[in-house]
Amino acid sequence: MELSKEKLLWMYKKMVQIRQFELKTDELYKKNMIWGTYHLYVGEEAAAVGACAALEPTDYITSTHRGHGHTIAKGADLKRMMAELLGKETGHCKGRGGSMHIADISTGHLGANGIVAGGIPIATGAALASKLRGDKRVTLCFFGDGAANTGAFNESLNMAAIWQLPVVYFCENNQYAMSAPVNKFTAVKNIADRAASYNMPGVIVDGNDVLEVYKAVKEAVDRARKGEGPTLIEAKTYRWFGHSKSDPRVYRTREEEEEWKKKDPIKRFAEKLLSEGVATEEELKKIDEEVAKEIEEAYQFAVESPEPMVEDLAKYVYAEEGE
Amino acid sequence: MAEKLYIEALAEAIKEEFERDPNVFMMGEDIGIYGGAFGVTKGMYPKYKDKLIETPISEASIVGAGVGAALVGMRPIVEIMFSDFMMDAMEWIVNQAAKLRYMTGGQLKVPLVIRSPMGSGTGAAAQHSQSLPAMFAHIPGLKVVMPATPYDVKGLFKAAVRDDNPVIFFEHKLLYWTKGEVPEGDYIVPIGKADVKREGKDITIIAGSITVIRSLEAAEKLKGEGIDVEVIDVRSLSPLDTETIVNSVIKTGKVLIVEDDNKSYGWGAEVLSRIVESDAFDYLDYPIQRLGGKDVPIPYNPKLERAAVPQVEDIIEAVKAIFGKE
Repeated sequence: MELSKEKLLWMYKKMVQIRQFELKTDELYKKNMIWGTYHLYVGEEAAAVGACAALEPTDYITSTHRGHGHTIAKGADLKRMMAELLGKETGHCKGRGGSMHIADISTGHLGANGIVAGGIPIATGAALASKLRGDKRVTLCFFGDGAANTGAFNESLNMAAIWQLPVVYFCENNQYAMSAPVNKFTAVKNIADRAASYNMPGVIVDGNDVLEVYKAVKEAVDRARKGEGPTLIEAKTYRWFGHSKSDPRVYRTREEEEEWKKKDPIKRFAEKLLSEGVATEEELKKIDEEVAKEIEEAYQFAVESPEPMVEDLAKYVYAEEGE
Repeated sequence: MAEKLYIEALAEAIKEEFERDPNVFMMGEDIGIYGGAFGVTKGMYPKYKDKLIETPISEASIVGAGVGAALVGMRPIVEIMFSDFMMDAMEWIVNQAAKLRYMTGGQLKVPLVIRSPMGSGTGAAAQHSQSLPAMFAHIPGLKVVMPATPYDVKGLFKAAVRDDNPVIFFEHKLLYWTKGEVPEGDYIVPIGKADVKREGKDITIIAGSITVIRSLEAAEKLKGEGIDVEVIDVRSLSPLDTETIVNSVIKTGKVLIVEDDNKSYGWGAEVLSRIVESDAFDYLDYPIQRLGGKDVPIPYNPKLERAAVPQVEDIIEAVKAIFGKE
């Protein structure tokens, strides 16, 4: 493997952080500690981590309603994320946004988005800004298979292609848009096939293989940074849990779920790290334990944090002069 | 001071903002060599060709890309060819631009101007003639302005570009070729400040955009009837300058609100509500009257089209009725 051990273990750790953060989120919801909804990223960890591993800290991402994984992979603070889920003033969005709206401008994260495809034109605009300024930043736009059927997808990919913008459109095809199976509602077999309509490269990757994702995204990011235009990448993956907190998953079988769980991206990556002698079992176990501690600390921080004050309800509607 | 056309004053503001701030640029359909559907950017190309990003017909992504560019520090101006076409971009105006700051706890800001021609009077019928500012003024997080004069369009446009919030900037098409005094160089008309366009003591007309011009014309004619009309131009719907309105109503005791939008659920209802909830209520000596567009899609036939929105004679008639004159 050409990546450094440090980078590979960083990838492993980020994936474990996402997995444990999501399991904790689910646990807290079941304890009635989370007020609104959330969309768990369990099973898709390799997509976010492989993609963000190919970005510079100053590069931008836009995220989706299923955004915890992207947010962690881009480097957001677990404490502030957990505080946001609990609606606390110390959260990334001061408790105003909740799960679906976490942004962290300090890590180049322009926001999760409660609207399917909401981030696609926004990413396109961030990339346009980079092109106009010549700042050499790349924007990576996460979206799902459902978003690929919106009008904004067509508009934005066309615009990015005619202007040769430094943007990577990264589709996480997790097989279902809520209950809608991708093959029932998408006329092409692969979403990446649509790249042909925009005269840009379309790449399909195993979204459960973090190194394959990394490689494809790195190539696209390098092209974008050199001014060679956008790429559409489709990562085929699977969400283990339901669409959101209240989904009994009547639209798919438990057998299908079990098949995908055999392709657990974290387990696969761990096995690879071990078999290639990059890390020992003890090293990986140590990371797992470190992360468990971080998650516990994040939870404690969130629980102990104050709620926003009702007097501040109307704060942040408008930017005041000089802010 | 030089007399200029509204469209010239606007173009001057755009060019001056291009020169002032490297982060300012404009996106829109046919705004390059063609000069925009109404000619606002006519002649700017090729000098400003790097500032004029011509787009495909993709309103949602034009506005959405404007939002994205604004988030990372640019100050985009988006031209939507007809404000009716903003309906295609509502998602990125209402769910994104207006809310990103709030829902990220103040982390993000969206310094975006969406400017668009509105209104009837050109025979373009129902899908190219609406006046919809009230629809946007209802959304927290947006600012909404609709300058009526060449002076105001230049100063308000500069204020809009320099504002850190999304500003929806409505230009009534019939105003483009009206004239007025415009100073040379840089000046700002603050967003959220109404303007007393004509002082009077007998009645307050509250108007905006094209209805300001019509109300001023009506006021001149009503002078002959012995009625001294004060005309207030709201200029900005969001935020709305309640104070200037209330002070005028306290002085005159009578109110006519004239809006070009269709009347039901229009912005005039909000103005009326602010008056009756204020100290001015005790000074009213006649029920507040509203004159708005008819609740119909704008028709094609010129006689019908004219009848669909308040004209000068409608304003005169409404004022006379308040004073018991036929």
